Amino acid sequence: MSKYTEDDLREELKTKEYEYGFYTDIESETFPNGLNEDIVKAISKKKEEPEWMTEWRLEAFRIWKDMEEPEWANVNYEKPDFQGISYYSAPNSKPKYDSIDEVDPELLATFDKLGISLDEQKKLAGVAMDVVVDSVSVATTFKETLAEQGIIFMSISEAIKEHPELVKKYIGTVVPQKDNFYAALNSAVFSDGSFCYIPKGVRCPMELSTYFRINQAGTGQFERTLVIADEGSYVSYLEGCTAPSRDENQLHAAVVELIALDDSEIKYSTVQNWFPGNAEGKGGVFNFVTKRGLCETNAKISWTQVETGSAVTWKYPSCVLKGNNSVGEFYSIAVTNNYQQADTGTKMIHLGKNTKSTIISKGISAGKSQNSYRGLVQINSRAENARNFSQCDSLLMGNECGAHTFPYIEAKNQTAQIEHEATTSKIGEDQIFYCNQRGIDTEKAIALIVNGFSKEVLNKLPMEFAVEAQKLLEISLEGSVG
Amino acid sequence: MLKIENLHAGVEDKSILKGINLEVKPGEVHAIMGPNGSGKSTLSSVIAGKEEYEVSEGNIVFEGEDIEELAAEERAHKGIFLSFQYPVEIPGVSVTNFVKTAINETRKAKGLEDMPAKDMLKLIREKSDLLEIDRKFLSRSLNEGFSGGEKKRNEIFQMAMLEPKLAILDETDSGLDIDALRIVANGVNKLKSKDNAVIVITHYQRLLDYIVPDFVHVLHNGKIVKSGTKELAHELEEKGYDWIKDEVNV
Repeated sequence: MSKYTEDDLREELKTKEYEYGFYTDIESETFPNGLNEDIVKAISKKKEEPEWMTEWRLEAFRIWKDMEEPEWANVNYEKPDFQGISYYSAPNSKPKYDSIDEVDPELLATFDKLGISLDEQKKLAGVAMDVVVDSVSVATTFKETLAEQGIIFMSISEAIKEHPELVKKYIGTVVPQKDNFYAALNSAVFSDGSFCYIPKGVRCPMELSTYFRINQAGTGQFERTLVIADEGSYVSYLEGCTAPSRDENQLHAAVVELIALDDSEIKYSTVQNWFPGNAEGKGGVFNFVTKRGLCETNAKISWTQVETGSAVTWKYPSCVLKGNNSVGEFYSIAVTNNYQQADTGTKMIHLGKNTKSTIISKGISAGKSQNSYRGLVQINSRAENARNFSQCDSLLMGNECGAHTFPYIEAKNQTAQIEHEATTSKIGEDQIFYCNQRGIDTEKAIALIVNGFSKEVLNKLPMEFAVEAQKLLEISLEGSVG
Repeated sequence: MLKIENLHAGVEDKSILKGINLEVKPGEVHAIMGPNGSGKSTLSSVIAGKEEYEVSEGNIVFEGEDIEELAAEERAHKGIFLSFQYPVEIPGVSVTNFVKTAINETRKAKGLEDMPAKDMLKLIREKSDLLEIDRKFLSRSLNEGFSGGEKKRNEIFQMAMLEPKLAILDETDSGLDIDALRIVANGVNKLKSKDNAVIVITHYQRLLDYIVPDFVHVLHNGKIVKSGTKELAHELEEKGYDWIKDEVNV
């Protein structure tokens, strides 16, 4: 068993459907639209949760009821009708299509470009699978390898039942229920998500990855993820999927909490490619995510994200550098095209001494899109010798898009060293002509320029993910110049 | 190889080239000289296929094919290379990566597979040795923070890698000190053969001491007003451009 490597797993995943841990209940059922205490209770009951969890959700709901949807972000959209959404939906076990021929050819073309296998394509598009797949065995083998090291990786619903002491101890400690409107909503109604615990001194032997999916049209999706790295441990966690998720006007309000105890390290990488709406700006996913990590002494949290999808993105993966000598990093590429709007960035809260943070943000705007970086670097009074380096670069394509940078810096300790660099550039006709003259066509030239621009961040992604992300960038910007 | 007949071209409504005739045969080196604003750079851009220039009359025939309708990259695939007066920066893209992409895109256009990495490395080593380029230079971002001399050497390195049939050197001498000029010119001379041709566009004659032309053409007000051998370049150096202008006006 100990010989089971990441490569073996990858090999297995190529041929088998991988659906790890989500939605243990496969009876399809959707709750009536709207949200009230009864619905919250019903969700909790449906998931057979213990009473403390039900109470926790209710508390969140009561807080949420009195909250207002935030309006400070640089995005414009029609606010979702929160009473017009169904808050619970078990996955529909019935396939959407009987054959791959029924699937939108444009979507399939994109899958091909991304190099996604036919089986995987069927799964992603919701086509009935003709191959019998044994997902249980993959999951089990995977789990056994991890279990040998004492690593827990399961859906949060399972964790609530199997490891209530861990969930109870940590849930809401980094992102409290009252943190913000969407976090409160998520706390009340979260559907499912992942739970991961790495015991003391363990280096997780493989990249933990999971494909997030929105299952049924018209159902809000509320993922909850909790990752705990115990003292001296290490884990690299991959979230998301390069394949486009084609669901229209869906609200997505996830919460991710990371807890890095003393001397531990968490690397959290995301590739987000939700449906961005069509070229006219119709449809598309609203993505309001709260992601935050807490670093204890000597701990390190590194967020890397490639954001290409969603009609509206509101997302600030942050680090609370509580322990002395802790380190926070944020590497981000956000691409907006057509009518997409993204307001994304990070918060680095320096509480401990000698804490260090690095922010590298790359925004690429094309079409009529708006791309904003919003970041806060906060040095608290007791954070002696805190250091931050921020770099925010924007790349514009065409004349109708916008790039905005909102860096906030609050330093309450004189020993702080904060550096901020920002650049804005435009892909020029001269650059394109130069490439053309060397035999590189315009499409390829843009890909080359964009990849060069994003390199510092792409390099931070795990190798395989980086290659996919690179392809995704090319696809997201196709046809945006010339 | 290249035959330009009665070429009229300009930007928007402004006409810049007003009837150019030029024939370049394999193995030849042509110098095009002229005062500022005479249309030298426009001519190189039009041959290379820069979109903003409109050709209103005449034609450009390359290797027996009318290339006016071809996109810039298609002309490049056919073997036309332009060494830019102001090479652009592409941050994050290394010289090696850029050249590799250029070669493979050209191969793709010809229906060939990508060049195997081993061959590519060998070619890079060969050409960088030929041009005495430090290999560390090749991993730097394209033209970013390059000195004037480095930029021009990089252009010649790309030319060496792509092995074009026709190379147009647009003001390659501008911004170079004498040592850099000599290095660049030596590079070009090493790449010259009986099968390829070079058009040197320059304001000054000093580059022509190193890259010796077979023919010299003087461009003035969008037309070639005088053609001759390399002696013409010396004459221009001595007398300046005014006597030509006077001669034309008479």
